[in-house]
Amino acid sequence: MSIEYMGLSEIKGSFVILENVSDVSSEEVVRFKSGGKEKIGRVMAIEGDKAVIQVFEGTDDMSLQTTSTKFTGEPMKIKLSEEILGRVFDGIGRPLDGMGEIYGEVVRNVNGNPINPISREYPRNFIQTGISSIDGLATLIRGQKLPIFSGNGLPHDQLAAQIVRQASLGDKNDEKFAIVFAAMGVKYDVADFFRKTFEESGAIDRVTMFLNLANDPVVERIITPRAALTVAEYLAYDKGMHVLVILTDMTSYAEALREISSSKGEIPSRKGYPGYLYSELASLFERAGVVKGENAKGSVTQIPILTMPNDDITHPIPDLTGYITEGQIVLERSLYQKGIYPPTSILPSLSRLMKDGIGEGYTREDHPDLANQLFSAYAHVSDVRALASVIGEDELSDLDKQYINFGKTFEAEYLNQGKFENRSIQDTIDLGWKILGLLPRKELDRVRTEYLDKYYVPDPSIVSPEKES
Amino acid sequence: MPEVGKSGEVGIIFGINGSIVKVRECSNFVMGETVMVGEEHLLGEVISMTSKEAIVQVFEDTSGLKANEKVYGTGKPLSVILAPGIINNIFDGIERPLKAIREQSGIFISKGLNVDNLDTEKLWDTKILVKVNDFISQGEIIAEVPETSIIVNKVMVPYGMKGKVVSVVPDGKYKITDTLVTIELDDGRQEQITMMQKWPIRVPRPVLRHCPIQKPLITGQRVIDTLFPVAKGGTAALPGGFGTGKTMTQHQLAKWSDADIIIYIGCGERGNEMTQVLEEFSELKDPKSNRPLMDRTTLIANTSNMPVAAREASIYTGITMAEYYRDMGYHVAIMADSTSRWAEALRELSGRLEEMPAEEGFPAYLASRLAGFYERGGYVENFNGTEGSVTLIGAVSPQGGDFSEPVTQNTKRFVRTFWTLDKSLAYARHFPAIQWLTSYSEYLDDLEPWYGANVSPKFVENRATIMKILNEESELIEIVKLIGSDVLPDSQKVILEIARVIRLGFVQQNAYHEFDTYVPLVKQSKMMEIILYLYDKVKELISHNVPMSLLKKYDIYEEIISIKYDVSNDEIEKLDSYFGKIDDFYNKVYEEANL
Repeated sequence: MSIEYMGLSEIKGSFVILENVSDVSSEEVVRFKSGGKEKIGRVMAIEGDKAVIQVFEGTDDMSLQTTSTKFTGEPMKIKLSEEILGRVFDGIGRPLDGMGEIYGEVVRNVNGNPINPISREYPRNFIQTGISSIDGLATLIRGQKLPIFSGNGLPHDQLAAQIVRQASLGDKNDEKFAIVFAAMGVKYDVADFFRKTFEESGAIDRVTMFLNLANDPVVERIITPRAALTVAEYLAYDKGMHVLVILTDMTSYAEALREISSSKGEIPSRKGYPGYLYSELASLFERAGVVKGENAKGSVTQIPILTMPNDDITHPIPDLTGYITEGQIVLERSLYQKGIYPPTSILPSLSRLMKDGIGEGYTREDHPDLANQLFSAYAHVSDVRALASVIGEDELSDLDKQYINFGKTFEAEYLNQGKFENRSIQDTIDLGWKILGLLPRKELDRVRTEYLDKYYVPDPSIVSPEKES
Repeated sequence: MPEVGKSGEVGIIFGINGSIVKVRECSNFVMGETVMVGEEHLLGEVISMTSKEAIVQVFEDTSGLKANEKVYGTGKPLSVILAPGIINNIFDGIERPLKAIREQSGIFISKGLNVDNLDTEKLWDTKILVKVNDFISQGEIIAEVPETSIIVNKVMVPYGMKGKVVSVVPDGKYKITDTLVTIELDDGRQEQITMMQKWPIRVPRPVLRHCPIQKPLITGQRVIDTLFPVAKGGTAALPGGFGTGKTMTQHQLAKWSDADIIIYIGCGERGNEMTQVLEEFSELKDPKSNRPLMDRTTLIANTSNMPVAAREASIYTGITMAEYYRDMGYHVAIMADSTSRWAEALRELSGRLEEMPAEEGFPAYLASRLAGFYERGGYVENFNGTEGSVTLIGAVSPQGGDFSEPVTQNTKRFVRTFWTLDKSLAYARHFPAIQWLTSYSEYLDDLEPWYGANVSPKFVENRATIMKILNEESELIEIVKLIGSDVLPDSQKVILEIARVIRLGFVQQNAYHEFDTYVPLVKQSKMMEIILYLYDKVKELISHNVPMSLLKKYDIYEEIISIKYDVSNDEIEKLDSYFGKIDDFYNKVYEEANL
């Protein structure tokens, strides 16, 4: 195991090839020494006595003759203990905060293992974020993976920060919570913004950060989310904490995969991304959840952030993500330009776990119907707006004008809220009813009659419920 | 679990690339053989061979594997064990029970586990149906074993076997590996028959003959049963982008369809969804037998983060189990969610094999593999004289929601019912989001006699009228989009109004409502009649020049729309009163308009 090989046979992009080696195992970690510098790599493929190794820090400064290589016989592992909270690491788990190595209570493979579906518990606990468009219409559930689909220049970071500040993670105060933050290819200021947010909210002692910034080696980016999720799983399932994981920016992660795949000479599928992009993303996102077990009282909730290239939701990255995650929160540029924060485009936004975590016993009995009605009415608003753009607003029927008014108020009062405004779920639901009051009762076909009787109050502005002008 | 080294062949690992392993010095391996790879005995399958080496796809994580480790042949193709214990169970893609895996490896699935596919210790109540000196042949039922509270497992003579019974055991409790019947073959050899059969997953189980399709698979979903039905033994595809409700629709079908047995394959999908099915189906009752739904359900869970080669196999594992129960005379429905993930597994493996890609990186054999899968459905007569069927319902997850991509297009060639899920319907929370303009069912003609005889003679005609109104509406909406609805003549405004009633009151269905979640065919048919009666009456009034603005003042439309919530499934006779209500409305308008 401790044989050191001198020299390399080939260097190609971020890969090196070593010949005449024996006893090499697939995916094991390799240590290089080259010109006084140490580097880490991972075996990607083996062909006879030839090993293809991916070098995490990149192959710059490596030479064919003077590089010495040592195979560790171990896959990529990370040391874990509760001390890990409050620490900052680089993309592959080396301390960046000068506080030295972690004393490891356990050591885990960063790739993890799939959770057995029958060990899972179906997530049902509502997390109040204090943001109406999320709590009311795309509710976050503990143990869910709910990404934010955004675009460059949109306030996804602020939104994620607001969720971190306001989310009541534990049921009661005695339940332990933690935040794991993984930055992949983001700028220094973005990482710093999050650090400040954690500090301001007083949570910094309960945060573990992994930073692979925009100018850090691309290959390390493949490990960053895995290391972060290994920490999250440890804290949740060994230590019983409720862990919120923020992964940003998943687009950089996927770009890194593409870069590596193409330098390996693999056959590309859509837009040059490798055919296994779906499986790769799934191996990260599926690490969210709640499990049944004696020690496993905790949960892993993921909020991955991704920037849609060219704001295109059908681009492979958001597309494949949406097929794996349990819904998505989509941010829309045109709303943001109208000055609405958070600019949540509610029609494509969705929380798949919402249906089982809201309503009677969770939030309020009328919540599901109300949410459906708001979706359906707002969907009609877009049709009416399309018509108005052709024939002009004046020509619209009275009913359609009421819809236009509903749409405007909905955006300005329901979607729009302050970056530090924390609305209770009760307030969010009441606000929903207030805005529905702008529509005649006849139009509310998604709400059960009993709830209409109980909660619906028509706004004084809609005097006569005539349909026709 | 296959026995190690049974064929005696041992090869040496030469190369490893993800789940693909190259093996040398193994010239006696055969194509499709199951092998055990490396010291951890990871399960694999030979998928290609040259004179120098064999290529093996491994069903478990290959990290830690080394060159020069041994690969043991088993001499058998990848097979499943078929015996009592399959129903009310949950397996991974290669028939390893997840409960047994949990006992060995805790909340996570580790690799190199050695678990029995089915419980070999459990004693099953067995009733023997044959006696000594009976002549029996393939497919014949020799014993009955109550497998769950709903399903009786029928022990069949394995294929290719016939002869005279020389000994039988008395009725009683037996393990699946116990000999129940011994027969003497024509050549004098004796064979023992147990409850257990082994069948290679990639080979369809033979049948006596295929029968014509005649009966619908009744699902209780109006848009499916009435507008786009699927037949028992038929094939259907359910394509839709993310968030359009594929999984939700599949769950509804699994819960309510009138198949005897449901095989639900979670192929490369979310872990939480499988948990949900497991939890929900254990609590929900089957409408026919009032027993837990899980007592007629088998789940195959190969979630997206489980090894990709096992995902590819999961579809075949599921269909082989379905064929096994079909052979006993059951009607089985398979929900495969999602076939796109399976196709992607093919693509991923093909890429690692460096095969020449066809469209969008998919291998050129994608179409033939899809055809091979869908052709395993059908309504058949078995060797034992029973009739059984396998209905295939595959979800498709088109990339970017674009139906022109290869998996959707190739699937379309092999299925006869096509339910397209529509993003804009889903955005407006219209569920099931099956778009009526682009969906179709080719089974309508086959099923027409059945509907006529069992539901209502007018059923098919009414369905056609409903479709016509919906189609006309879509044309009118194009005009409304340009100039607004006010300028339309009243005769066309009627269409818009009635179409609205159809959309909200009929097509849309609430899966969370206590009885709207499942609607019997009789009620579906009556609801159509009521809506069309209203349509006729309103048309009549319009022809008497009553303006639409007057007609719209009445609440009759809302009343009809809420029939689905107001009349429960066991008080269907109440529906008849709606004809009277429509007459009252007609008379009132008639008076008010002074006709």
